[in-house]
Amino acid sequence: MKREGKIQVWQDYQKEIADDHYFYVRSCIRQNFFPGSEQTFLKILRTELGKDIYENPHHTTCSGIGYHSDVVPFDTIQTIVARQFALMTEAGYKNLAVSCITSFGIYNEIIETWKEFPVELEKVRNFLKKATGREFEVPQNVAHASDVVYKFRNDIAARKKYSLINQHTGEPLKIVEHIGCHYSKMFPSKGVGGAEFPHVLVGMIESWGGEVIDYPERRHCCGFGFRQYLVMSNRGYSISNSRKKFESMEPYKPDAILCNCPGCPMFLDRWQYVIEEMEGKIYGQNGQGIPVLTYEELAGLVLGYDPWDLGLQMHQTNVEPLLEKIGIRYNPDLKYAGKDGEMIGKPIMVGCGC
Amino acid sequence: MELYQELTKDVRFAEGLNSCMNCGVCTAICPAAEFYDYDPRIITSIVQSKDNKKIEELLKSETIWYCGECMSCKTRCPRGNTPGLIIMALRSLSQDLGCFTESEKGRQQLAIKRVIGENIVYRGYCVLPENLVPELHPEQGPVGEWIYKNKEAVYERVGANYNGEGEGALRKIPKKSLDEIYRIFEITGGFDRFDKIEHFSKIKAESMGFQEDKDDYSDYVNHIYTTNSGKHSRQ
Repeated sequence: MKREGKIQVWQDYQKEIADDHYFYVRSCIRQNFFPGSEQTFLKILRTELGKDIYENPHHTTCSGIGYHSDVVPFDTIQTIVARQFALMTEAGYKNLAVSCITSFGIYNEIIETWKEFPVELEKVRNFLKKATGREFEVPQNVAHASDVVYKFRNDIAARKKYSLINQHTGEPLKIVEHIGCHYSKMFPSKGVGGAEFPHVLVGMIESWGGEVIDYPERRHCCGFGFRQYLVMSNRGYSISNSRKKFESMEPYKPDAILCNCPGCPMFLDRWQYVIEEMEGKIYGQNGQGIPVLTYEELAGLVLGYDPWDLGLQMHQTNVEPLLEKIGIRYNPDLKYAGKDGEMIGKPIMVGCGC
Repeated sequence: MELYQELTKDVRFAEGLNSCMNCGVCTAICPAAEFYDYDPRIITSIVQSKDNKKIEELLKSETIWYCGECMSCKTRCPRGNTPGLIIMALRSLSQDLGCFTESEKGRQQLAIKRVIGENIVYRGYCVLPENLVPELHPEQGPVGEWIYKNKEAVYERVGANYNGEGEGALRKIPKKSLDEIYRIFEITGGFDRFDKIEHFSKIKAESMGFQEDKDDYSDYVNHIYTTNSGKHSRQ
């Protein structure tokens, strides 16, 4: 790609993102908390954009949460990752599309390790061959799923049914974004905009009509911290870091929080509920929490998909204030309905936004 | 044993420690340093000193377990060090040598191994809907409880393939693939790590007065999962 003008000036912050033919690897956290987002990603790529994206049922976890909570050794995760690459190689794909930010960081860490320590690559090839009989090629292109949506953000905008405009005021919706730490803090060149100026979510928000709001703790960690959330007695770490972000963004009165990480939207969603329970504090307007969305959920809303098809009923902090500002039509009676419209129980709501 | 030499065998350590000038930028940016009585600058300085006794103290300490591995330190260090990677090497060595059971936070590794570690090997996922028991995860709130109690219907509604064959979110990982993951753990030292965590934890559990039970020291696991001495934060 020839780089000129601003692109030239900002060349250290650009990233090559494959155009088509992706091998998709899922996220453990997102499958549990935001399965509708992964479904929406595939739907947008395949149905709206006509892209080829393949999922092999035999792919597994990358074991990243185990690795970053230190129960999985480096040799083990390297070989599990090599197995994912082997499945990709066997299927004839060269472009990896990664749903998870933890995985994305791990794929980058391992590929960079192999470049710097070739003996590690040879060791892992032998491990994989011995364990599974498989061989692999290193992917030519590694993109996070948010990179892919970013790449096609204007194509999505061209198909949009709704814009990120407040229907009551006519003003752009004010959105704060939160980038997962492992997206670009470890390897800035692997993320759009690097670690200093991440543009991956900004590009989507602006393309779809919204306004990005800066806030002091924009780049602070959500507080997942792996073992700091996994173990019950450590969770003070997790909520304290999310609280720091809420306190920082509150004065700017955001209409929504947009995330590209598996854990971050869950924590920023759930901890609002917990803080309300603990302190009676609500960070949104009119006694409502601040809705927290994944980028696929936001893309799906812009494209006119049903909020409950997207899985927005799985959020603890109600999303309805945002739906109403955008002017999205939805059926509140079907929020907690099953696949065929049957009622499957209902949460006893006591938290944010009720 | 020369502990510094042991650490240098870990490529993450080789990558994480170049030459620290003790500027403290890592501590300034660190989310853990803000919450815990934790200072990655000091840890890096101790390791760099190659002082065997002090490194051994680190391996047995609470402090190496405070890091959240967010790697914010990587971005900011002007010398290209990564204290987060040094921490990962220290934690690995602490588990290999059994030092982790000497600290409240280190002892938690058994609980993580029993859930996350075994999920990976036997189910092919790090986390599963079945793990989100409301009593253990009150932060998931009423919606989390609703999802937990109606797993099949909720996941089906949003297009997942919970425990189903073929592709899709939360699909059942085929046995052939789980067998391969098992073999990878055998060959690469994954099970050696698990065995050491179990071995040293059981010794510690008995020294603390816990008895072996039908669920393999479940009282001890519950203890380490829920205990917080309240002595970890800056306050």
